[in-house]
Amino acid sequence: MEVGRAEKIIEKVFFISALSSILIVFFIIAFILKESIPALALGWNFFLGMRWYPPHSQFGIFPIVVSTFVVGIGALAIAASIGIPASIYLAEFSPGWLRNIIKPCVEMLVGIPSIVLGFFGLMVLVVFIRNSFGGYGECILAGWMILAIMTLPHVVSISEDSIRAVPKGYKEASLALGATHLQTTIRVILPNARSGILASLILGMGNAIGETMAVLMVIGNPNIPWIPSSVLEPVRVLTSTIVIEIGYAVWGSMHQHALFALGVVLFIIVAILNVITTAVIRKGVAGIG
Amino acid sequence: MNIKEKIVKGGLFVSALISVVVLLIVIGYIVVNGIGVISLDFLLKSPYRFEYGGVFPQIIGSLFLVALCLLFAVPLGVASAIYLAEYAPDNVITSCIRLFVECLAGIPSIVIGLFGLVFLVYYLGFGVSMLSGGLALGFMILPWTVRASEEAIKAVPRSYREASLALGASKWQTIRSVVLKSAYPGIITGILLGIGKAIGETAVVLLTAGSGLESFLPRSILDPVASLPVYVYMLATQGQTSAAYSRAFGASILLITMFLVMSISALFLRNRYIKRMSGGRW
Repeated sequence: MEVGRAEKIIEKVFFISALSSILIVFFIIAFILKESIPALALGWNFFLGMRWYPPHSQFGIFPIVVSTFVVGIGALAIAASIGIPASIYLAEFSPGWLRNIIKPCVEMLVGIPSIVLGFFGLMVLVVFIRNSFGGYGECILAGWMILAIMTLPHVVSISEDSIRAVPKGYKEASLALGATHLQTTIRVILPNARSGILASLILGMGNAIGETMAVLMVIGNPNIPWIPSSVLEPVRVLTSTIVIEIGYAVWGSMHQHALFALGVVLFIIVAILNVITTAVIRKGVAGIG
Repeated sequence: MNIKEKIVKGGLFVSALISVVVLLIVIGYIVVNGIGVISLDFLLKSPYRFEYGGVFPQIIGSLFLVALCLLFAVPLGVASAIYLAEYAPDNVITSCIRLFVECLAGIPSIVIGLFGLVFLVYYLGFGVSMLSGGLALGFMILPWTVRASEEAIKAVPRSYREASLALGASKWQTIRSVVLKSAYPGIITGILLGIGKAIGETAVVLLTAGSGLESFLPRSILDPVASLPVYVYMLATQGQTSAAYSRAFGASILLITMFLVMSISALFLRNRYIKRMSGGRW
């Protein structure tokens, strides 16, 4: 009897620990939302306002949001155009020993701290762009390249997994019909791995948009953000604006509320992208099953 | 095989190589530019302005922060994982827990930093301190600890549990002396990867723990604390001199080294673990 009671208590303790994640997420949402309500209450002036200039109490985030998407989508395009072919090579054509070299390098790339990668970008990429194309050097293009490096590993590993998940029978049937390995890969395997590859891209996009330090170091962050018209212009994104200004925003001022509201917007964008990723993966799994 | 196929395959091969090349360039560049400042003084002295001294308080600060973060995230994460893997019935609450673990993992680190700032620093009154920074980092890596531990626990063969239960052990006795004993290398692997993630995290620490340039060690858990990533950030954005930049490179080398040590030990442990587990199936 005593043992049974102790067992019950232990189970309860584990259950309560497991609830901690729910609690933390609720607290995060509640506190961030509470801090941002005064700014969100500005309504369209906040979401569609064209001018962000805290000293004049102007808090329009539209240019920042547009810049965030421009930087995120461009980085993803670069990561996809390198990452998808790379994952095809690793899953289908690479000899085992080469895969054993490339794969750990890809995983290692995820782990370079973003601040270190950003510093590298500032010292190398920015200087390179300044010398070859002119301008400040700190610009959208530099942001694209740094974020592409950070997104690439995610795209490669998830795409490779989904290519490998295509049932062997499909491939064998195609080869038996006389198709070459390459034809089989392009016509049979890739269409079946489509949803996994798509999921890797959306997830990569979420990572790119939520990334802070690396992108902050290379995109310039002009005092007054605007909607960029060239890839050589400096911009401001959601994350970089928060980090740079939170240090001197007076606590309790509209400026501070507006920065927390940027956090809410960022949170919502990333959450939507994550939900889409999950939906795409579920659909893909159902399709193959 | 015709020429067209060869060209396509060549193209695929080149894209696969790009990751390797980028990695080598980044690490190579940082090592070449930073190795010059690495010395015993750099490791054991305190910083003075941007250009002088060493990074001793930064190294110790980073280690303290990670230790606090683990103190929070590991017990909670492993307990959550035990619940999910061993006890959880297949119901709404369980799927809810899983959903929120995923959700927490997806929250951008800067948002966790903002939360740490309003909740830990202001609301609970911990101030900009080691405690705030460690806890905020803990929130960040909690979902990774849960995931890694759950996977490790689930990988323990069913027969182990059945053998133990058949011998008359209770469920908790089985979990404690059989399941966790077999799963712990997997759990430690997950923790090592979590450390690698936490030690390089900048945004969270910048908002909650300190400016990175502190030249003293924290006397208590409520003191601000320096850390390597924030030190790199400060030097890179405000240093302006080549002496400051090479110090930032030196600190970057330390960060990369710490990360490498963590991932290589994780890789080593994982391989041994897989061998043991596949041996166990016989």
